[in-house]
Amino acid sequence: MTHDWLWLIPALPLLGSLLCALQHAQVLRGRATNPDLQPGVGAGATAIAAMAAAFGLCLRGFGDIVGETELLQSSSWAWIPGGGGLDIQVAMVLDRLSGAMALVVTGVGLLIHVYAAGYMRGDAGYAKFFAFLNLFVTMMLVLILSGNMVGTFVGWEGVGLCSYLLIGFWYDRDGGNPGHAAQKAFVVNRIGDACFLLGMFLLFTTFGTLDYANLIEGIRAAAMGGENAGTLTLAALLLFGGACGKSAQFPLFTWLPDAMAGPTPVSALIHAATMVTSGIYLVIRLNPLFAASEVALFLVAAIGAATALIAGSSALRQRDLKGILAYSTVSQLGYMFLALGSGAWVAALFHVITHAFFKALLFLGAGSVIHGMHEEKDVHKMGGLRRHMPRTFITFTCGAAALSGLPLLSGFFSKDEILAHTFAVGGAWWLLWGVGLFTAALTAYYSWRMVALVFFGEERFDVATVHPHESPPIMTVPLMVLAALSLVGGIIGLPAVFHVPHLLGEWLDPVVRTGNEILEHRSGGHLPHLSHTMEWILLGLGSAIALGCAHLGFHRNKNGLAAEVAFETDHPKLHGALSDAWGIDRAYYAGVVTPVRFLAALVAVFIDAFCIDGAINAMADAAKRAGTRLKAFADGQVASYGLWMGGGAAVIALLWALGGN
Amino acid sequence: MHNLTLLTFLPALGALIVALLPNRDERVLRGITLFITSVVAVLGVSLFCAFDGSQAALQFTQSVDWFTLGATSVHYEMGVDGISILLVTLTAILMPFVALSSLGHISERTREFLVWLLLMETGMLGVFASADLVLFYFFWEVSLVPLYFILGIWGGERRLYATVKFFLFTLAGSLLMLLAVIALIGQAAADGVLSTNIAGLTDWASTTPLEAQFWLFAGFAIAFAIKVPLFPFHTWLADAHTQAPTSGSVILAGVLLKMGTYGLLRFGIGMFPAAAINAAPLFMILGAFGIVYGALLAMAQTDMKRLIACSSVSHLGYVVLGMFALTHAGLRGSVLQMINHGLSTGLLFLLFGALYERRHSRAIDQYGGVAAVMPLFAFFWVFAVLSSVGLPGLNGFVGEWLILIGTFQTSPVLATFAVTGVIFGAVYLLSATRRLLFGEITHDETRSLKDLNIREVAIVAPLCALCLWIGIQPSVLIEKTSGSLDALVQRVEDTRQTMVVGDLVDPREEEGVR
Repeated sequence: MTHDWLWLIPALPLLGSLLCALQHAQVLRGRATNPDLQPGVGAGATAIAAMAAAFGLCLRGFGDIVGETELLQSSSWAWIPGGGGLDIQVAMVLDRLSGAMALVVTGVGLLIHVYAAGYMRGDAGYAKFFAFLNLFVTMMLVLILSGNMVGTFVGWEGVGLCSYLLIGFWYDRDGGNPGHAAQKAFVVNRIGDACFLLGMFLLFTTFGTLDYANLIEGIRAAAMGGENAGTLTLAALLLFGGACGKSAQFPLFTWLPDAMAGPTPVSALIHAATMVTSGIYLVIRLNPLFAASEVALFLVAAIGAATALIAGSSALRQRDLKGILAYSTVSQLGYMFLALGSGAWVAALFHVITHAFFKALLFLGAGSVIHGMHEEKDVHKMGGLRRHMPRTFITFTCGAAALSGLPLLSGFFSKDEILAHTFAVGGAWWLLWGVGLFTAALTAYYSWRMVALVFFGEERFDVATVHPHESPPIMTVPLMVLAALSLVGGIIGLPAVFHVPHLLGEWLDPVVRTGNEILEHRSGGHLPHLSHTMEWILLGLGSAIALGCAHLGFHRNKNGLAAEVAFETDHPKLHGALSDAWGIDRAYYAGVVTPVRFLAALVAVFIDAFCIDGAINAMADAAKRAGTRLKAFADGQVASYGLWMGGGAAVIALLWALGGN
Repeated sequence: MHNLTLLTFLPALGALIVALLPNRDERVLRGITLFITSVVAVLGVSLFCAFDGSQAALQFTQSVDWFTLGATSVHYEMGVDGISILLVTLTAILMPFVALSSLGHISERTREFLVWLLLMETGMLGVFASADLVLFYFFWEVSLVPLYFILGIWGGERRLYATVKFFLFTLAGSLLMLLAVIALIGQAAADGVLSTNIAGLTDWASTTPLEAQFWLFAGFAIAFAIKVPLFPFHTWLADAHTQAPTSGSVILAGVLLKMGTYGLLRFGIGMFPAAAINAAPLFMILGAFGIVYGALLAMAQTDMKRLIACSSVSHLGYVVLGMFALTHAGLRGSVLQMINHGLSTGLLFLLFGALYERRHSRAIDQYGGVAAVMPLFAFFWVFAVLSSVGLPGLNGFVGEWLILIGTFQTSPVLATFAVTGVIFGAVYLLSATRRLLFGEITHDETRSLKDLNIREVAIVAPLCALCLWIGIQPSVLIEKTSGSLDALVQRVEDTRQTMVVGDLVDPREEEGVR
């Protein structure tokens, strides 16, 4: 039975996007006569309605697959008839993985849309903003719901486009910086996309299909039979390369901190809660492929751990509020890949979900702060804001607490599950566990440093000119909902020692069963397992580290900038390296961008102009007389051209006659 | 109404009317041109709809005796197969928009310009619709002459240099092809094939042994490679594109270059499959190299029209790469990409032309912040750029994807090399877009720019819609070509079999033995 209404899930936001675009066109036309015309609230309402409808449909679908049915499928869209056995048909598939993801995307997305309706009020591009935002949700849903890799790729590049458009939304501000950031995001993502394409081609030539269901069957057979091991590893690594671009992993993460040039709701929705988790989605979707290769798993885990550490440490010394959150996001995405590389598919999705709650909350809270501070983003110039914006303060603190993994909050459970799994795998993964644990300490520290610098201490801004104010309810209500979710969201994945069912684990089991079977097969029937005692020890260790470092981060910074200044003067080199994110961006410019530019110049000036054209010009000089004659022909008389053409035709005919005989 | 002769010669008739009409009012002349090209476009689309894509044979054929060369009879013979029907339709659809765009940049010697434009349309349609080799060559030459004049008279400040360069390159190509044509007809006649009918010659030539195919293939292939243009024959393109008026650039990018890729497919691979199989690695390498080379070249440009021209070199690299992969996917992608490139690059030239008419500068750094004053322009420009960089959902993706997967099936290494073009394409086009549209306004002249007017929107909007439609429903186009391309792949596979099994044994001799 086909469920064609599934197409409505992405189609509704698309419709919303078109309606908003029409409203924007109307505003533009109105501005021709009245340059000060402000867009109305219609676009925001349209976009929110579209989101609410999509969320409702996702809920309905989710309800349908709670029972016996494991997935719903729509009829296919016959897209690319490539011939020779290649026939791309895309269907929308709502299964337990895409259902959960779609619910997060539309649910958190709905809250962010509501918030944005307040945040973007008064912006000249209000309607355009919502057109882009709704289009983004459309593409994200296509990415998640497609039952075929090519369909996923449509969404994959589509969200990249929307990210590009929204990072560059304020393209004429900041000396053109948003335009640069947008371009960088698109290009770096394209590096990943190129890997994705190659991985897709490799899978097609190996298995002759790009439909997930068939692919997984093929991979399972190959992995169980021990065939094509090299191909599977290579395909997994290529697709992981794609994931590194979209999900901002080392070495392709440098675009994400720059992407903060976009409006804050965009950072919350695209660059924290949804788009950047696409890579994790892809790996979970193809979990048997990764499970089949020890090398791929280790690389995924190692890159994840390294990214978590590099970005987590960089977050320590950022002064830009959104910059702290950006590096924190990269670091948390690293955790998710660490989970995937440990075979902890469920833990990865668990962290995707909890992170969507608390990081969206933190970004929106930061937006509220920046809004209230009249576009000030430097935490050194804030302080004492808890007195001015209490609702933002309380909700933001909930988010920070969840992020830092304080016991019993959502982030605590998801992070603990990841670290426990990594520990249980053992071997080289123990080292990665250590890195993860250390990063957890950094996370707690920078989260509370941020809270302290923003909300505590003295006001470090000019109180006479800057009057911080609390945001309107349209912005603070979404904050409260997200704060509640951040606090209790962990309930969907309580650890085994609590002796309650792991809801998410049971839910996702049909999706990850094949991957786990392959893992079990490869390890000879021994899946990683922890004793309850060990689990309690790890839980305790995690709690102690989170509490200790949170305490440290908070108390060192709650009374002003003394600790900040002291660190800068005591460790100038370390401070420089950390605030510069270990110089990786500059290394890119020196190692990649500059050489490519040089190569381009070399090709254009030397090879093309000097060598090839030089030779041509020499010939042209020889034929100069012919050219002069041509000029004489171009006298503007149609009759003489006709004569010329006729003469030419006669010569040609003569040549034929000669050749024919 | 499905008459290829009517379709092809209607523009020539229009040229005659425009040339001889006593009325000196430019608007009347433009009106006639627009009317004629529009009628041709409607005829082209109806032809497209009536075409049966599952058949490999030529359709809408017409044949009349023309003259004889010795014992060989030359026919006036028209007909289209699944490959040429797309190019005929593309040509027919593009021309009214070109005619409409000329209003913005052709103000001198208008009558003459319109005559050349219409004559050129006849030439281009004839190239794709002719089913006789001599007729094909005739139209090939007819289509070139008008461009010399359009470039030489209405071009930019270095038009003479560009025209001479274009002339020299095409002359070299034409002479080479003429030699190949003469040799082919001569050899076929010696073997008893006494007609210049392309299908007949193909049947004969495709079964000749490899050594007999080699030189004929080389002659045709180099002639067409110059036209494509394939590295290292590409340098005429940048100058011609840069110096040509907008309408010339659009025709050049949209249709004329496709005559080269069309020729490679029909005469290179179709007629000489054994030689093509042998030369395929070389052409694939040149194609893949061209993708990256053109992209690097584009990155270094400061002149927007030159940049778009270099991007053409890169895009046509894809077309050649996919074609010589000789797989179903590669060939389908290659043919589709011919259409896609015509639309997206045509759009870029049309849009930049609109800007050039306002500011009279091609230097990218003369702009900046244009999006703030010309939001409609910015929308269409970004749309065209996205189509050009192959964003899924728009036309460019389907072609590129099929080409790359088709290439991967035969050469993963070259596919990997070519896939970097996906990255480089984003680099140069988005960087140009940023410098053109985004940032703060740096030149005061930019502040007073007027957004696209209704005429300009009427030109670009339908073409953008077409890009979107092909991106979502490419099957409509692909299915038109499937019959012809499947037959082509079959021929190549059969040839490959005989090359492996028979080790260059002439298959007709085998038949004789049987």
